[in-house]
Amino acid sequence: MKVVRTMIALLVLALLAVPLASAKKLNVVTSTTDLAALAQEVGGDRISVESIAKGYQDPHFVEAKPSFLLKLRQADLLISVGLELEIGWLPPLITQCGNARVQVGAPGYLDASQFAEILEKPTGQITRAMGDVHPLGNPHYWLDPDNGRRVAKGIAAKLGELDPPDSGYFQQRFADFDKRLTAAEKNWDEQMKLFRGRQVVTYHNSWTNFSKHFGLNVVGYIEPRPGIPPTPQHTIDIIQMMRRDNIKVMLIEPYFDLKTPNSIGRETGAQVLVLLPSVGGEKQVTDYFKLFDYDIGLLTKAFNATK
Amino acid sequence: MPYRHWGVAFLIFILVAIAPAARAQQSQDDRIKALEERIIALEGQVRMLKAQQQPAAPAPATPEVAAAPVASAAGQAGALPVYGGASAAAKALNPDISVIGDFLGSMGHNPMLPTPAFQMHESEVGLQAIIDPYARGDFFLSFGEEGVNLEEGYITLTALPAGFVVRGGKMRAAFGKVNTLHNHVLPWADRPLVTNSLVGGEDGIDDAGLSVTRILPAPKGLFLEATGQVFRGDSADVFSSSQRSDVSAIAHLRGYRDLTESTNLDIGASYARGHNDLGSRFLTQLYGVDATLRWKPLRRSIYHSFVGRGEFIWSQRQQLPRLQRSFGFYTSGDYQLGRRWFAGARYDRSDRSRDDALTDSGASLVLTYWPSEFSQLRGQYRLTRYAEHFDAHEFLMQLQFSLGAHGAHPF
Repeated sequence: MKVVRTMIALLVLALLAVPLASAKKLNVVTSTTDLAALAQEVGGDRISVESIAKGYQDPHFVEAKPSFLLKLRQADLLISVGLELEIGWLPPLITQCGNARVQVGAPGYLDASQFAEILEKPTGQITRAMGDVHPLGNPHYWLDPDNGRRVAKGIAAKLGELDPPDSGYFQQRFADFDKRLTAAEKNWDEQMKLFRGRQVVTYHNSWTNFSKHFGLNVVGYIEPRPGIPPTPQHTIDIIQMMRRDNIKVMLIEPYFDLKTPNSIGRETGAQVLVLLPSVGGEKQVTDYFKLFDYDIGLLTKAFNATK
Repeated sequence: MPYRHWGVAFLIFILVAIAPAARAQQSQDDRIKALEERIIALEGQVRMLKAQQQPAAPAPATPEVAAAPVASAAGQAGALPVYGGASAAAKALNPDISVIGDFLGSMGHNPMLPTPAFQMHESEVGLQAIIDPYARGDFFLSFGEEGVNLEEGYITLTALPAGFVVRGGKMRAAFGKVNTLHNHVLPWADRPLVTNSLVGGEDGIDDAGLSVTRILPAPKGLFLEATGQVFRGDSADVFSSSQRSDVSAIAHLRGYRDLTESTNLDIGASYARGHNDLGSRFLTQLYGVDATLRWKPLRRSIYHSFVGRGEFIWSQRQQLPRLQRSFGFYTSGDYQLGRRWFAGARYDRSDRSRDDALTDSGASLVLTYWPSEFSQLRGQYRLTRYAEHFDAHEFLMQLQFSLGAHGAHPF
C-alpha cells in the first residue's frame, strides 16, 4: 500500500512539475550572437537566450555539431537570420533535434529577416559564376541599427505571442530599447557625419547595410567574388584602384586571414581595420550597443588619421 | 518704445508663422518614416509568403518592373493577362534540386579491382523539401555507369512527441560512419578496404525499412543518441532475404562531447544482424566501433582543421563448413592546410568476410583542392597489398562538382 501511495504522490508531483516548468523562463536559441543580443534586450529576465554561432566565427561556416542539438531540443523559440545565411548548417540541426516546437513553420521558429530592410536583392539571372551569392538578398542586415530596432520589435511581438502574460513586459522592454537605441544612434550618426561618403574596401560584402546607414562608400572587395579567396590579379587590381582613388581604409571581418589585407596595406599605405560584424567578436563587445560603439570608434579613429 | 512693441509683435509673428511650418515639416518626415517602416514590413511579409510557397505574386521579378507601366497606362497594363503566373506559383512548391557529379580516373595495375581508366562514376541527383508541418522528404538518385539506383529516398517525421525522429523509406543504415556517408562527402576517392570486404562496399548496408532515433538523457555536455532500424534484409553482398521474416536489424549508439570550443570527440558503437546469401538459416552479424576527433579553431575555421578517424569492424558470418570470424579497420587523418587545400593519409587492413584466413592491407595518400565550395579536385595514391601476395600501386584522380541548391555541410 505504502509503495502505491508513494507512487501516486510521485506521479502527482510529476504532473505538477509540468505547469511549473512552463511558468519558467522561455528558452530562446538564436543562430547568431546579434539576434541573441536583441532578444536579450526585449526579453529581459523572462527569457534565457543562447546563440549557436560565436561572434568571432564566420556565420556561413558553422559546423552542425551534435552539442547544438542538445540546445535546440530544449528550445521554445529558434530565431534565425534567414536569407540562406545558415543554409549550410541550420537545416540538419532543425531536422535532427526532435523538437516539434522549432520546426520551420511552427510557432517557435522565427526568421528575423522578415522584419528587416534587405538590400542587394539580385534581379535577373543569377549564377554561381558570381560566387556564393545569396539569392534572397544580403543577409548581413543586422549591421544597420534601424534594422536592429525592427528585428527587436518583431522578437518582442513573438515573445508576447509565446508568453501572453508577459507580453506587456516585452513591449515595455522594447519601448525602452527603442529609446536607448534612438539616443545612441544620434550619437553614432553625429560621430560619423564628418566621414559620410568616405571610400573603403572590405573583405567580404558584409557591410552593405552598415554602409548605407552610416554613409560609407564601399568601392571594392578583397574577395574577387563572394566566398572566393583573393587571387593575385584581383589583389593587384585592388591595389591600383586604392592608389588611384586614394583609399586609405580596409574593413576586415575577424575570421578572415590578414595576410592579403596586410600586404595591400603595405603597398598602398592603407589601414587594415578588423571591424566586428557581430556581438562577441571581441570580449568587451557584449551587447548590440557596444558593437556599434566599437566599430564606430575604430572607424572614426582611422578616418581621422587618414585625412 | 513703439520699436520694442513692434519688435515683440514681429517676434511673435515669426514664431506663430514658423512653428506650424516646422511642425508640418516634422510631421511630414515622421509620416515618410512611418511609410518606410510599413514598406519594409510589407516587403518582409512578401518574402515570407513566397518562402511559404503561397502564390503571393505572379512572378518574382515582375512587381518592381510592372509598377511603372501600371502607373502610366493603367488601363492597358491592367487588362493584360499575366502569362506564367500560375507556373511561377507552382514552381515555388518544387523541391530543392541538386546534382553532384563524380568523375574518376584510375592509373596503375590492379587485376583484383579492374576499374576503367576514366569513368563518370556517379551522378547523384538530390531532391529535398519540407513536406508538411510534420515531415520532410529527401531523395537521392544515383546514376552510375550501369544504371540508375535509388540510393536513398525517405520521409523524416520531425514533429513527433517525446523527441523521437522517425524515418521511413530506403536509406543508408546507421552502421558506423562511412556506411552513412554518400560518396561525395568522403575524404577519399574510394572507400576503405574494410568497407569493401565486410560492409558491402560502395553501396553498403542501404535498404528499405524504418528507423527510429532519439537523443537520450545524459550528463550535461554529453550528447547521447540511440538509433534502431529494421530493414527488409537485402544489402549488397552482406545481407539477403529469401523470405519476409528475414529482416535485418541495426542498432547504433552515438556519444559526442565538445572537449574545447574547437575540439570534439565523436564515438559510436554499432551492431547489425541479418541473413546472408546462403539462406534463412545462415546469419551474418557485424559489430563496429568508430571514433572521430575533430579540431577546427573557430576564428580561423575556414582555413585550418583536422579530422582524425578510425573504424573497427568485426564480422561473424555463418557458412559451411564453419563460422567465419573476420576483422578489419581503417584509420585516417585529414589536415586542412589552407582555405582550399586538404592533405590526408589512411591505413587499411581487413580480413575477407567469406574467408577469414585471407587478409588484405593498404595505405593511401590524398591531396584535395577546392576551387570553390562547389567543386573539388582530388588525387590519391593507393597501395594495396592483397592476400594473394601481390601489391597494386594505383593513382586515382577524382573531380567532383555540384549544381543547384546549396546543400548542408556534412558533420
